[in-house]
Amino acid sequence: MSAPELYTNGNPLLKYMRQDKLPHFFCPGCGCGQVVSAFLRAVEALGLDLGSMVGIGGVGCTARIPVYINMDCLHGVHGRTLAWATGIKLHKPDTKVVVFAGDGDALSIGGNHFIHAARRNLDVTFVVVNNFNFAMTGGQVAPMTPDGSVTMTTPYGSSEPPFDMCKLAVTAGATYVARTLTSNPAQMTTFLKNALNHKGFSVVEILSQCPTHFGRYALGSGSPKGLVEWIKSHTVPASAAEKMSPEETAGKYLVGEFVNVEKPVFRGSTVYTPSTCGCGGKEAK
Amino acid sequence: MGLEDRVLTGVHFMQGNYAAVEGAIAAGCDFFAGYPITPANEVSEGMARRLPAVGGVFFQGEDELCSIYAISAASLAGAKAMTATASAGYDYMQEGIEYAVAVEAPIVVVDVMRCRGENFATQSDIMQVRWAAAGDHEMIVLAPSTVQETFDFTVRAFNLAEEYRTPVVVVSEMSLALMRERLEIPAASAIPVVNRKRTAKSPADYLPFHADSEYGVPDFAELGTGYRVIHSINPHDERGDIEWEPHAFDRLYKRITGKVRENRTKISTVQRFGLDDADIALVAFGSEVRPALDAMEMAREKGIRAGVMKLDAPWPFPEEAIRDLASNVGAVVTVEMNMGKYAGEVERAVCGKCRTARATKNLGTPHTPDEILSVIEEVRA
Ligand SMILES: Cc1ncc(C[n+]2csc(CCOP(=O)(O)OP(=O)(O)O)c2C)c(N)n1
Ligand code: SF4
Ligand SMILES: [Mg+2]
Repeated sequence: MSAPELYTNGNPLLKYMRQDKLPHFFCPGCGCGQVVSAFLRAVEALGLDLGSMVGIGGVGCTARIPVYINMDCLHGVHGRTLAWATGIKLHKPDTKVVVFAGDGDALSIGGNHFIHAARRNLDVTFVVVNNFNFAMTGGQVAPMTPDGSVTMTTPYGSSEPPFDMCKLAVTAGATYVARTLTSNPAQMTTFLKNALNHKGFSVVEILSQCPTHFGRYALGSGSPKGLVEWIKSHTVPASAAEKMSPEETAGKYLVGEFVNVEKPVFRGSTVYTPSTCGCGGKEAK
Repeated sequence: MGLEDRVLTGVHFMQGNYAAVEGAIAAGCDFFAGYPITPANEVSEGMARRLPAVGGVFFQGEDELCSIYAISAASLAGAKAMTATASAGYDYMQEGIEYAVAVEAPIVVVDVMRCRGENFATQSDIMQVRWAAAGDHEMIVLAPSTVQETFDFTVRAFNLAEEYRTPVVVVSEMSLALMRERLEIPAASAIPVVNRKRTAKSPADYLPFHADSEYGVPDFAELGTGYRVIHSINPHDERGDIEWEPHAFDRLYKRITGKVRENRTKISTVQRFGLDDADIALVAFGSEVRPALDAMEMAREKGIRAGVMKLDAPWPFPEEAIRDLASNVGAVVTVEMNMGKYAGEVERAVCGKCRTARATKNLGTPHTPDEILSVIEEVRA
């Protein structure tokens, strides 16, 4: 079977994709494909019109996700996704904007934009595919690489403590924050749906497998299955964690929805109403 | 005249930075993002007060990177967008300018040059505004020399950005930006406003990066209106698809550089003073035009036939104007407030057709007319 035939086997989600871009460039067993699938299921369930939406990717494997989805897309610059999103949302507040960012894109080079978008409650959905490393550049240590992991730039193990980006998002002011994992597609879809439905800064961290780099260097195996199982075994539902001791949850990722509240969304740094200023424009000169 | 009036028609005594604000608003600017930096702050502050009152958005980004990317994306969403910064901030904006060039997003950047980390007058970033962004590109850079021109050139910057779908820089510097002068703002009906050409095609027929001619400008489709365009900094074909074939590179880079370069005589206008009979021509841009004109008068009083060629737009380089000049005078003197940067370009175009000299300094103040006169006298001797 030729590649295009392989991808046109009647999958109901294909209508949302740029089919001429297939086959995609993700490695076999990569989690990015599962994220695409869960996202499109959420789009289908919500009946969203992709033609009126903007998808944003920075640079990286994850950043390629919106390129495969049939909507307007901004792509190709590392770490500035939320800066782009801010420009679009402030000028056209009714446009739905969804960002796909890698852990490096979101939390390393883009970390400052992340906390400020959260603080402002920018009305954007921020999907972070946390594959625990800089994948596209070949598997270097990233801000969420687990302590002690061997990567291409931490050959003796990482001595950098990782971020808990969900805690960071909550503290900085995000109004919807959830963590899920690729091996739970139903939950992934639900959280993405909730995030897309949310008015305000919605953050979904997806723990995902990069067998090619993180699997091989940190776990010593390029097996997607082994890595998926490793991720699974390192997660605990947030609801169950409440009843567990600190020893039992040590080194585990809590999975679930951490916050879901309504707050005014960002409209600009200063919003004018005629009564705000009585100078009649004189001081503006 | 109220805060809600887009055009503040009338005579004002206004600061250079505020003139940039009023020029932008008169040109239709409806989105501004910037990060505080002296001596560009009055542009942001003026925008913060004026823009929301005329229905636009003011955004203070968390840094220059955020600001430049926010305006590029707002532009793709249909806004007429601007930022303002000063030299060190421009450093951070380079990649964002590269992005705007690549996806052909019209934006305006006001760069108020300052000496390395300090607020003194300088033109030391005249090469930075031309070359800073990575990748093959041409830049349009306008250099006002008065407060009036700061207004006029900011209007023109928006119009050129819209016409050519490319970033345009208005390069000012500390002394001009903070100076107050007479400014006359014309009636709104007398201010030419250009809007980018929007596509009339349906999404099915639309090619976002196709132009009708080799050096043409593609028609625009706004984000979120069903056209489903990929705006990637990566090399892309006419459809916007990321494409790594040499033919795609060739067409893209030829067109995005050519659309500016091939129109340079239209864009890079010059003004001639006393050049009809001049033996020595001063070439200057921005605030250095002011002492150059004074030096010309002083030289003429001494019987030296001096003239001035004022460059409204140092970039794209006005190749033909300088070449012509070199054939008609005995010497060309480049006047600039730096250690000698633009002079190299001028001398390249002069190409030995006449003598050349430089009046260059970077001491935190513009040249005095006397300093320029002494270079004129040396050249004549
Ligand atoms: C300004 C800049 N710095 C560095 C790079 C190189 N670069 C490309 S992708 C990438 C990191 C990708 O890691 P992540 O964001 O986690 O995405 P992943 O590939 O893991 O999905 C880097 C550093 C770049 N393209 N631009
Ligand atoms: S390198 Fe890793 S993240 Fe990138 S496509 Fe391959 S498996 Fe996926
Ligand atoms: Mg990663």
